[in-house]
Amino acid sequence: MKLARVIGTLVATTKAEGMDGLKMLIIKPLNADLSAGGDPIVATDGSAQAGPDDLVTYESSREGALLHHPRVVPVDAAIVGIVSQHSYDEDA
Amino acid sequence: MRIGKVCGTVVSTVQHEWYQGRKQLIVRYTNPDGSFDGNAYVVAVDVVGAGVGQRVLVEDEGNSARQLLGAPKHTPVRSVVVGIVDRVDAG
Repeated sequence: MKLARVIGTLVATTKAEGMDGLKMLIIKPLNADLSAGGDPIVATDGSAQAGPDDLVTYESSREGALLHHPRVVPVDAAIVGIVSQHSYDEDA
Repeated sequence: MRIGKVCGTVVSTVQHEWYQGRKQLIVRYTNPDGSFDGNAYVVAVDVVGAGVGQRVLVEDEGNSARQLLGAPKHTPVRSVVVGIVDRVDAG
């Protein structure tokens, strides 16, 4: 998993089979210390409760799609959880 | 597998049910000499009782992660802290 910030939502009426009803969010990947860590990507919401400004964990590749099991979905990044507490100390 | 350093923790109240009650560690990947490998990191589930500041071994592949955790085959888990590193000897 990695950390990201939800920065927006995306709606696509026409989608591939299996993606019906999936909530899609624009997320901005973050580094471990929450500094910006890459270009925004589109992720589905496995938690179904994430919204703009939330700090989230997301899983990419095959495991992202598994968050929607038993549905078989063509998804390569999905939100696992909404982070309520993040602690970080690289000098520990 | 990768060598890393535990730099923090993540707690989520709303999350996929499988992750409920499982400790999640922020692990920054390191080179064999202990220096950070850029900004590369992963949030991994802990099965060895590792803590912040420790050098660890991270497995980042889904099938072996599920096998190791005894998790059902559709569990969305991929990254696991599988060891606490005592020593690295590398040229």
